[in-house]
Amino acid sequence: MSLSKIKFDKKIVLSFWIILIALIIAAPTLLPVFRLNLLGRYLSLSIVALGVDLIWGYTGLLSLGQGIFFALGGYCAAMYLQITSSSEFPNNIPEFFALYGVEKLPFFWEPFRSPVFTFLAIWIIPALVAGLIGFLVFRNRIKGVYFSILTQASLLVFFNFFNGQQKLINGTNGLKTDVTQLFGQMVGSESMQRIFFWITAILVIAAWFFAKWVVKGRFGNILIGIRDDEPRVRFTGYNPVIFKTIIFSIAGGLAGISGALYTVQSGIVSPQFMTVPFSIEMVIWVAVGGRGTLLGAILGAVFINYAKSLVSEALPASWMFIQGGLFILVVTALPEGVLGWIQGDGPRNLLQRFGLKRKIETYPSLEVNNKEGNNE
Amino acid sequence: MNNKDLLNLIDITVSFEGFLALNKLNLNLKKGELRAVIGPNGAGKTTFLDVITGKVKPTKGEVIFKGKSLVGRKEHKIARLGVGRKFQSPRIFENLTVKENLEISVTTPKSPLNLINKSIKDEQLNEIDRLMKIVNLAQKVDSKAGSLSHGQKQWLEIAMLVGQKPDLMLVDEPVAGLTDEETDLTADLLKSLSGENTVVVIDHDMEFIRRLDSNVSVLNQGTVLCEGTMETIQKDQKVIDVYLGRPED
Repeated sequence: MSLSKIKFDKKIVLSFWIILIALIIAAPTLLPVFRLNLLGRYLSLSIVALGVDLIWGYTGLLSLGQGIFFALGGYCAAMYLQITSSSEFPNNIPEFFALYGVEKLPFFWEPFRSPVFTFLAIWIIPALVAGLIGFLVFRNRIKGVYFSILTQASLLVFFNFFNGQQKLINGTNGLKTDVTQLFGQMVGSESMQRIFFWITAILVIAAWFFAKWVVKGRFGNILIGIRDDEPRVRFTGYNPVIFKTIIFSIAGGLAGISGALYTVQSGIVSPQFMTVPFSIEMVIWVAVGGRGTLLGAILGAVFINYAKSLVSEALPASWMFIQGGLFILVVTALPEGVLGWIQGDGPRNLLQRFGLKRKIETYPSLEVNNKEGNNE
Repeated sequence: MNNKDLLNLIDITVSFEGFLALNKLNLNLKKGELRAVIGPNGAGKTTFLDVITGKVKPTKGEVIFKGKSLVGRKEHKIARLGVGRKFQSPRIFENLTVKENLEISVTTPKSPLNLINKSIKDEQLNEIDRLMKIVNLAQKVDSKAGSLSHGQKQWLEIAMLVGQKPDLMLVDEPVAGLTDEETDLTADLLKSLSGENTVVVIDHDMEFIRRLDSNVSVLNQGTVLCEGTMETIQKDQKVIDVYLGRPED
C-alpha cells in the first residue's frame, strides 16, 4: 500500500469520527423527535448491516435470511415489555391473549419476566439459532447460491410460523411495544425515545469496534481465505465449518441486537420483519455502502434508509424504482460499493477521465520498490 | 510395508461412475525420500494426490500414513496429521499480503480461539522471516499476494507448504510456467527439503525431473507402470511405449 493511500484512509476515518460524534451530540437538540426517532431506527439497522458485511463481505456467505435473527431479537424485547406491562389486563397476561381466549401464559413467555434473561436472550437466542442453522448447512458443504436459497427458505419458514401463531405471539398482528412501560415510563414517550437513540448510537459504535476486532489479524484473514479459496484453507489444516459457524452466529447476534433496538423505536415487532424483501434490502445496504469495509455497511444502512423516507415523503411509490436503480448502478459501475470505490483509486480515475488530474507517470511497482530501497 | 515407510498406498482404486481414475495402485514412500511421479495426461496423477489428501475417497484400498489410515478422514484433519499439498496452479490468498499468507500456514494450533485471542508467536514470526528469505520474497512482505509474478506465486505457495511443517509434501507441477532459472532454483529447493521431509513431486518436465535426481514412479492408466531411477525408467520398454517415446505432435 502506498504512503498517500494510508494517509487518505486515516483522513477519512478521522473526519468520519468527527462528523459522527458531532451528529450524535447535536441530533437530539437539532432534530424534531420524529426525525430523531427515524435516525435512531436507521442507526439500529446499521448493526444488522455490520453482520451482513461480516458474513458476506468478509466470508463470502450471502445470507438472504438475516430477517430471522433480526425478528427474534425484536420478539425477545417485545415479549419482556408486554409481560412486564400486563398487570392491569385479565389473568395478568398481555392483552392480546384475551382475543384468542388464552388464559394461561404460554410456557416460553415465563423467562421473559426477567430483565437479565431478556437482555441476554436478545442476542444469545438469535446467535444460537444462527449457529445451529449455519452448522447444519456448512457441515454439508452447502455453498454459494445454494446457501442463499436455503437461508431465504428458512426465512419463509420462520415467517409463516410466526404469522400463524396467534395464540402464542399474536400472529400476523405482532407485538406492540409503544404503549408498554419500561422503568415506569411509556416506551413510546419522547424522553424514552431519546434514551433509545443514545443507546443505539453507543451500540452502533461498540458493534463497529467489535466487528473490526473480529476481522483484524489472523482470524479475519482466515475469513477472507474462506471467501476466496475455501479448499485451500482446508488443505492448510483449518476447519472452515467452525469458522463459518462462528461468524454466522456473530452476525445472528448482531441482527438480534439490531432487531430489539429497531422494535423499541418503531413501536412494534411483527412477522413483517421476516419478509423476503426486507432481508434483501439489508444486503443492498451493504452492497451500496461497500462490501468488506464495515464502515460502508453502517453508512449504507443509514443513508439508504434516510433517503427512502425522504423520497417516500416527496414522491410516494417511487422509492422501489430508485432503490432498484441504485442496486443496478452499484453492481455495474461500483462493484466495490461507494466506500470501496473511494478507498480504491476511484476518485483519482474519475478526475483523470475529466482531465483534472495528471496521470501517474511511474508504474506503481516502481514506487513500491523505491520506497523499500529507501528503507534499507 | 515396513516400519521405515511413511506412506503406503495399498491397492487403491478410484472409480468415477465406472471410469477407473486409479486402478489397484500400490506405492510406498520411505521417510525422507524425494520421489518424482510422472505420467501422461489422464494417468491419474492428480487423483493420486486427491486420495492422499482426502479430497477423493478411494472406492477400494487403503492409505496408511505414519501407521494410521487416512481413508475417510476430513481434509483438514489429514493436513494436521502432516500432509501438505501444493496445487497445480498457484493457490495462494491473493487478497492477503505475502506475510499474511505465511502467517496462515505457520500458525498452530489452527483453532478459531487461538487465532482470535492470541497474537502470533515470536518463533512463528522468525519462521516467516526465514521462509521469505529462502524463496526470495523478503522485499515483498507487505505486498498483496495477487500482485506477485507467476513465479513468485509458485514460490510463495511452496513457502506456505514448508511453513506448515508437513512430514509429507505433495507438490503438483511446481515449475509450470517458470523460467529455466527459476526451475533450477526450485529443483534445488525441493532437493534440499528432502531428507528432513518426504517430498513427492508431480511433473511432466523431464529436464526438471532429471535434475531432482530421485526415484521416479511412472503412472499410466491409474496404476504404477514402473519405478526406479531416471536411467532405469528411460530404458524401460513399457515406459518408452506409453510416454517417453510418444511422437511429439
